Amino acid sequence: MIDTTAETEISPVDYAKASINASLTNEEKIRFLRQLYAIRNFEHIALKHYNEGKMGGFLHLYIGQESVAVGACSLMGENDHVITAYRDHGHALAVGMGMNECMAELFGKATGCSKGKGGSMHFFAPDKNYWGGHGIVAGQTPLGLGLAYAVKYKGLKGSCMTFLGDGAVNQGVFYESLNIASLWNLPVIYIIENNRYSMGTSLERSSAFKNCLAERADGFGIVWDIANGEDLYEVRAKLSTAINRAHNESRPTVLEVDTYRHYGHSVADAKHKGGYRSNDEIEKYKSCHDPVLLWRRRLVEEGVISEADADVINKETRLEASASVKFAEESPAPAIESIYDDVYYEVDRQTEAGRTGRHFFND
Amino acid sequence: MAVIEYRDALNQAFAEEIERDPNVFLIGEEVAEYDGAYKVTRGLWQKYGDKRLVDAPISEAGFIGMAVGASMLGLRPVIELMFWSFCTVAYDQIINNAGCVRYMSGGLINCPIVIRGPANGGTNVGATHSHTPENWLANIPGLKVVSAATAYDAKGLMKTAIRDNDPVMFMENTLLYGEKGEVPEEEYVIPLGKADIKRAGSDITFIGHGRAALTALKAAEQLADEKGIQAEVIDLRSIRPLDEEAILASVAKTHRVVLVDENKPFCGVSAQIAALIQEKAFDELDAPIRRVCTLDAPAIYSPAVEKLQLPTVERVLEKALSIL
Repeated sequence: MIDTTAETEISPVDYAKASINASLTNEEKIRFLRQLYAIRNFEHIALKHYNEGKMGGFLHLYIGQESVAVGACSLMGENDHVITAYRDHGHALAVGMGMNECMAELFGKATGCSKGKGGSMHFFAPDKNYWGGHGIVAGQTPLGLGLAYAVKYKGLKGSCMTFLGDGAVNQGVFYESLNIASLWNLPVIYIIENNRYSMGTSLERSSAFKNCLAERADGFGIVWDIANGEDLYEVRAKLSTAINRAHNESRPTVLEVDTYRHYGHSVADAKHKGGYRSNDEIEKYKSCHDPVLLWRRRLVEEGVISEADADVINKETRLEASASVKFAEESPAPAIESIYDDVYYEVDRQTEAGRTGRHFFND
Repeated sequence: MAVIEYRDALNQAFAEEIERDPNVFLIGEEVAEYDGAYKVTRGLWQKYGDKRLVDAPISEAGFIGMAVGASMLGLRPVIELMFWSFCTVAYDQIINNAGCVRYMSGGLINCPIVIRGPANGGTNVGATHSHTPENWLANIPGLKVVSAATAYDAKGLMKTAIRDNDPVMFMENTLLYGEKGEVPEEEYVIPLGKADIKRAGSDITFIGHGRAALTALKAAEQLADEKGIQAEVIDLRSIRPLDEEAILASVAKTHRVVLVDENKPFCGVSAQIAALIQEKAFDELDAPIRRVCTLDAPAIYSPAVEKLQLPTVERVLEKALSIL
């Protein structure tokens, strides 16, 4: 666990020196900062409009965890895939989805990435190897296994980074997946984003473990590791090792990443402040462990960017997020007739199969 | 025409589709080295090897979810459930992932899987192994549900199901695996969404799917022999999509209907068919629609009683005569 009583010091191991990081250009490092700010500002603006009643359903904010998705997705090659759970905005933007399509999805508009049919928890971009966005806790864990299975079946050198939360580790299907992953040597990487709370239940109240959650992988003969999620360099270094293992040995990895969400489980989580976690704890993470500010400080210290230029990036991404709201607000809602589209592939394509027999039963 | 067992008709379908498409593979418990719990896949592992015939651990949620994920990248897994009853432990993967992923992604993803296995009572294995979940699954827009009554249908429908680009839930029957029927040497497929008139008649219509269609057929033969009454027997073959035209055409011809259904009566497939007929052919009916379903209790173990719990020829005849 992260020691929250102290301010973050440079790690004993400086992961900036890891080869995967030592080779980064300044442009790439600045691009990561832009992505961090993009996620942060996209969600802050989304929250504002959620609170104005512009959206339905849930809004699970990723704010505080941005370095995990940005670091992980920065490593994706042609045959590396990503799938995650319902806290999916960060991963979506990190793989390169546009703010417009994402914001429009939150607003339930036809121009949304899922045509307004999925909502906050269900962003997808298969063209960017991004497979969602899944609402049922741990339900995505065997899907990620299957993506890795398909990569291997096709004889490709790739992987599937499968994200889950610390609450998901207590679902049975995760263990079925770990067993199969190890048994069949599948190139899947399970990334446990441990933000210490499954909704309002702390890690200590929900999970039995000795030292950490990832250690459970020992029972399956799977290599595991832990990473400090607030250090983007460390996330990249640890995941790079896992991806190399997937590519070269076709073996799975479980990586537990310590992280923290600044907001509640969802926006509708009234008890997250001063309820199941203390205000002091939240403030400590915000002021001392904010991955966006830490990366920014790091780049300034490295002489990669000036404070002024970092401010510009912050402002630009905020403006982009505001523009995406305008796009979303001006977009049409899906037509009621479209409710029957995207149910059956064969019907959508009006193939012979799609034109044979009755598929829908209203009247 | 060759006369072969239902199980071997399925086996032929698998072999032909494995050879036709390199993305097709079979996965499930005991499907490979053991030759299948019911010998449906016998010989295939020896012929096609580990890549195409995959023995899975007893982890239905794990391997069905895995197959759904693999299908999103273009593989075409054919997944065996040793009993369809075991779908309960994989329900999240079937309903939420296979059934909803296309919709929730706005059509960006499709899931070309087949989940197959026996879905029947009547084998004295108790309630948990005797479910007929076709109505549970047909309730989910996004899933397709198919039920094969004969060897010919099993092969033709399975080949189509494997080629279909949506998730197809394929209902087989342990009591039918050993039943023989004619299967052509040449290749054929049967479209999903087309019912089959198993017997033409003009006096009354029996509608069923799977083994219930065969029970209806036996009742129809007896009715003709003993009473000279000609019943038409419609085998739905596909429940979703449904061949509504075939149902309505037969009702318009006979004006009397008995629905035979191994589902339980409450919210069973036959309840949907009855609703459809009264909505679309009310004026064609000369009598109330009658139903013969599995008696509405968990499947009883007792061999002597369980055979009476399922629809019987006697009950079909009794209902038919009550409206003739």
